[in-house]
Amino acid sequence: MQLDFDFMKRSLPLYYEAMCLTLQLAGLSIVCSLFVGLILSIALHFKWKGISLIIQAYIELSRNTPLLVQLYFLYYGLPKIGLPLSEMSCAIIGLTFLGGSYMTEAFRSGFESVGRIQLESGLSIGLSRAQLIRHVILPQAFSTSIPSLSANAIFLLKETSIVGAISLMDLMNVAKDLIGMEYKSTEALLLLVLAYLILLLPLSMGLTWLERRIRFAEFGR
Amino acid sequence: MQSLGVEVLFEGSNFERLLGGLGVTITIAFSSIIFSTLSGGIMGLLRTSAPAIIRLLLRVYLEMFRIIPILVWLWVVHFGLTPALQIEVSGEFTSIVVFSLWGAAEVGDLVRGALESLPRHQVETGKALGFSYMQLYRYILIPQAVRRVLPGMINLATRMIKTTSLVVLIGVIEVVKIGQQIIEIGVIKAPNASFWVYGFIFILYFIICYPLSRLAKKYELKWHSL
Repeated sequence: MQLDFDFMKRSLPLYYEAMCLTLQLAGLSIVCSLFVGLILSIALHFKWKGISLIIQAYIELSRNTPLLVQLYFLYYGLPKIGLPLSEMSCAIIGLTFLGGSYMTEAFRSGFESVGRIQLESGLSIGLSRAQLIRHVILPQAFSTSIPSLSANAIFLLKETSIVGAISLMDLMNVAKDLIGMEYKSTEALLLLVLAYLILLLPLSMGLTWLERRIRFAEFGR
Repeated sequence: MQSLGVEVLFEGSNFERLLGGLGVTITIAFSSIIFSTLSGGIMGLLRTSAPAIIRLLLRVYLEMFRIIPILVWLWVVHFGLTPALQIEVSGEFTSIVVFSLWGAAEVGDLVRGALESLPRHQVETGKALGFSYMQLYRYILIPQAVRRVLPGMINLATRMIKTTSLVVLIGVIEVVKIGQQIIEIGVIKAPNASFWVYGFIFILYFIICYPLSRLAKKYELKWHSL
């Protein structure tokens, strides 16, 4: 089989643009879901009255439904009841809706690893709730949660491959168009796989390195 | 009064058709789960006991599925591999193949994790008692590993059911596709259909996956204490 390198060279800019979009989407939704996860897990941990139940319901809803259906609902369903959203905001809301619950669970297991006695000693030496969270719980919880947080980040980056379904020009759509227009499926798919490898391999290796660093910080001080 | 539009779900045979589409989804998911359980079990055994080179290959195989999104795999097989081999297979077949390959890797990793988590001295005790390798696995390791694997397996099944929604993108007529057809047919008569249809599919998935994740959590708690 002969690969058409000329074609591959020509389509590189398209893939580059799509990779930027994927990174942008993934970056924004990872940051948003970290934020959502942090807030919700604090709320759950301190059993804020009334909303714990709502948060639980949200977590179950988002973990037990596929992202594709969530996106279709946001993109095609919501405009019908007067809530039109752009493709980009749909994608970010959808990914955050999904990622938020995963991040909440990750943070929560981190919080649970901080012993009860630490909270009590913190309170008894007169720390406020906010100080307790900021100086006692978060630093420890964060380092325990890092492995699952980073797994979630990779998961979200992979899930962005679905946003092509709501007509964003991401990597999947670029490859699909090239296959449709030029019938070069082998080359287009090869570039697609390579693009994802370029995005995900460094991230996954970087996060593994980070995990190891943080574990050293925990045990080797 | 303007109608809400929810009737579109029950018009004609729409409801039955949606459930029929769900049947396709479930068929794909469950056949893949069965295939991946069978091959994943063997893969897990190989990953704990085979020669280093095979273990390395299986590890690379797993990482390939972990790193590249499943949708990309579906496309590579559907638009790349089958045309290149000049065979014509349905989208259903492609998706079962891809999901089974992915599932085998994941189940293999679960089984490996479970076998490795068993205390080393159990193997040694077994050997000291004169168990053969077959007996060791049959009576000591596998029964315990099954328990530890089960919650992870159920979680994987939930993930697989959710991921089957992707097969609409390689042209399989399943529940999402039938939803789209209903929306397109009713575009004049029921302009709000997309809200109700996608909302309904959303709930359908939830109804299937939620009990499974509850079950997984239950087993996790139950066997965590053992």
